[in-house]
Amino acid sequence: MNYFPDEVIEHVFDFVASHKDRNSISLVCKSWHKIERFSRKNVFIGNCYAINPERLIGRFPCLKSLTLKGKPHFADFNLVPHEWGGFVLPWIEALARSRVGLEELRLKRMVVTDESLELLSRSFANFKSLVLVSCEGFTTDGLASIAANCRQLRELDLQENEIDDHRGQWLNCFPDSCTTLISLNFACLKGETNVAALERLVARSPNLKSLKLNRAVPLDALARLMTCAPQLVDLGVGSYENEPDPESFVKLMTAIEKCISLRSLSGFLEVAPLCLPAFYPICQNLISLNLSYAAEIQGNHLIKLIQLCKRLQRLWILDSIGDKGLAVVAATCKELQELRVFPSDVHGEEDNNAAVTEVGLVAISAGCPKLHSILYFCKQMTNAALIAVAKNCPNFIRFRLCILEPHKPDHITSQSLDEGFGAIVQACKGLRRLSVSGLLTDQVFLYIGMYAEQLEMLSIAFAGDTDKGMLYVLNGCKKMRKLEIRDSPFGNAALLADVGRYETMRSLWMSSCEVTLGGCKRLAQNSPRLNVEIINENENNRMEQNEEDEREKVDKLYLYRTMVGTRKDAPPYVRIL
Amino acid sequence: MDEFVNLKETELRLGLPGTDNVCEEKESIISCCNNNNKRALSSDNEKENESSSRKTETSPPRKAQIVGWPPVRSYRKNNIQTKKNESEHEGQGIYVKVSMDGAPYLRKIDLSCYKGYSELLKALEVMFKFSVGEYFERDGYKGSDFVPTYEDKDGDWMLIGDVPWEMFICTCKRLRIMKGSEAKCLSCGV
Repeated sequence: MNYFPDEVIEHVFDFVASHKDRNSISLVCKSWHKIERFSRKNVFIGNCYAINPERLIGRFPCLKSLTLKGKPHFADFNLVPHEWGGFVLPWIEALARSRVGLEELRLKRMVVTDESLELLSRSFANFKSLVLVSCEGFTTDGLASIAANCRQLRELDLQENEIDDHRGQWLNCFPDSCTTLISLNFACLKGETNVAALERLVARSPNLKSLKLNRAVPLDALARLMTCAPQLVDLGVGSYENEPDPESFVKLMTAIEKCISLRSLSGFLEVAPLCLPAFYPICQNLISLNLSYAAEIQGNHLIKLIQLCKRLQRLWILDSIGDKGLAVVAATCKELQELRVFPSDVHGEEDNNAAVTEVGLVAISAGCPKLHSILYFCKQMTNAALIAVAKNCPNFIRFRLCILEPHKPDHITSQSLDEGFGAIVQACKGLRRLSVSGLLTDQVFLYIGMYAEQLEMLSIAFAGDTDKGMLYVLNGCKKMRKLEIRDSPFGNAALLADVGRYETMRSLWMSSCEVTLGGCKRLAQNSPRLNVEIINENENNRMEQNEEDEREKVDKLYLYRTMVGTRKDAPPYVRIL
Repeated sequence: MDEFVNLKETELRLGLPGTDNVCEEKESIISCCNNNNKRALSSDNEKENESSSRKTETSPPRKAQIVGWPPVRSYRKNNIQTKKNESEHEGQGIYVKVSMDGAPYLRKIDLSCYKGYSELLKALEVMFKFSVGEYFERDGYKGSDFVPTYEDKDGDWMLIGDVPWEMFICTCKRLRIMKGSEAKCLSCGV
């Protein structure tokens, strides 16, 4: 390819979008590396501590879009203490200093402060898109800066963040000249919303395609908003309570009927089921439906709605839908690709008879041939069911099964679920993500190591018998990138068997396992390109350096590959070996 | 010996009186391979971890919970939890007196019926046939002779709307809609 001018090669590279492919391209030769570097617009960093901002900017000076992930996945479940890390400010400061033309920033599980948002809003004239997922540390004041200063803002998408709502007038901060909004999602805000300001904003945003409201936006406002924005493709309904009077209901129905482009529906944060029929006219167009926060809707109301959604590809729902409801989904939604069934009873307080079982899972697998992603919380499972699912759906890419009670066996045979999961990994040759649960021995890991050749992420909890289990996985799954384990009897022997392996992975998490301080120290000794973090929040446990007992079990171990050594922003209870 | 017996009597246990082993059984099911007491029980609040070792002895009446299990994002857990808490308080109601300057008698309203300030103020406007103007964080209510205030736990008269709604409900003892010159003093420059 030496005889093509650089511009031509660069043009060819423009057609290569995936990060993996671009990374491969850059390894071909020096000249391709150089061309690729300067033409790279989108950079994805799966672990913000694997690299630092200076090196990022040094290599990709022309970047326009940056995706950063901070805390490990188990932080979602309160297993990582506050202040652990994942601060975005240093990144924004560095990008601002280097005058990078940042247009898009996507963050997941990071700590974002109002100061960072203010700096972000002032530093990049062409900034267009901010997506924050599961982040924390900021308030509506930070949102006000973004609204006020980002003149080209197209997208503000806040998903499941912990935001301190100062009930300020952040929506009022969008200047009257702001008419470029395409996507606005503030469903996670807990406080009141200035509905008048919102209506004015929507009215002057003709390109608005995605709008997700929070709890504080009531029914009558919804009707007015939808009348203003019939071009909406994606709608998150806020508060949908109190049966409306017939007149308001008709107004709402009329408004909804006009939204013929609507393809995705979510929210319903507070719902009166009798309002759902207002949405019946557009159900046939829906490809995505998220009712997983609508705890108040009974199964039969859900069923009536879903029966009309024949084109559905993605469904997120609560287990209150029951096996009966899932049978309806199986019969109706032949295009279904992704299903998530969340537990409505997260604290195990009730004996919920309406919850789903293995019957629902089998029905779905039999009825939905295009299904490739599933997240399923249930109270019971059997090997027979899993074997049937594997036979019906060999195309799974993501398979996450969570049986609510740890160590629960097959509820009919009382055996472990090794054979069931074994069938899944054997049949689903393209499986990239797997979460296992229930009673499991080392055998299931033997199967995983043997068959799950494409597996990139594995989540293990309360499973296995000996170090062999973890070894089967580490030896067998060559494409493993993220391994997270909790409450399983894997120890130093497994951890230390192949230390070099961890540099081929993004990260390893082990909590409440059998690894000891001594084992972790040995691991860290000859691994300059790994950060081995011991997280130990219990004050009483911290001994003087010389007194510490190497046989002491480590509460939480998080290790990850990195090119920039030990991080400097760790809190006192995180020890980096 | 006597003290030992008394300790057992006062110990909180999971089973019926007279049974002994239920406490231990529950623990062995839930505790993982490690015998480390620190991990046994739950809370969403990390600061409670220090007391968890105490919790293992005093078994709670319902199924003990494991930290971070089931693996549901805390954001999602909190939003579903809110729903349950709301339905638990259904019967009680938070009734407070409402007085309006110049009105012959007082009224009472149930604060728990409202989701936020705008609903509350609308209800007051309807009840007393007045309008309250627009709220500004800095200057208070502008555009009307009437200013909505409340008496808090300390006995001070506060402007309605400054603190988060949840905090307001907990600290509000009574409401008063001030009118005229007295209202003007409160709403500016305080």
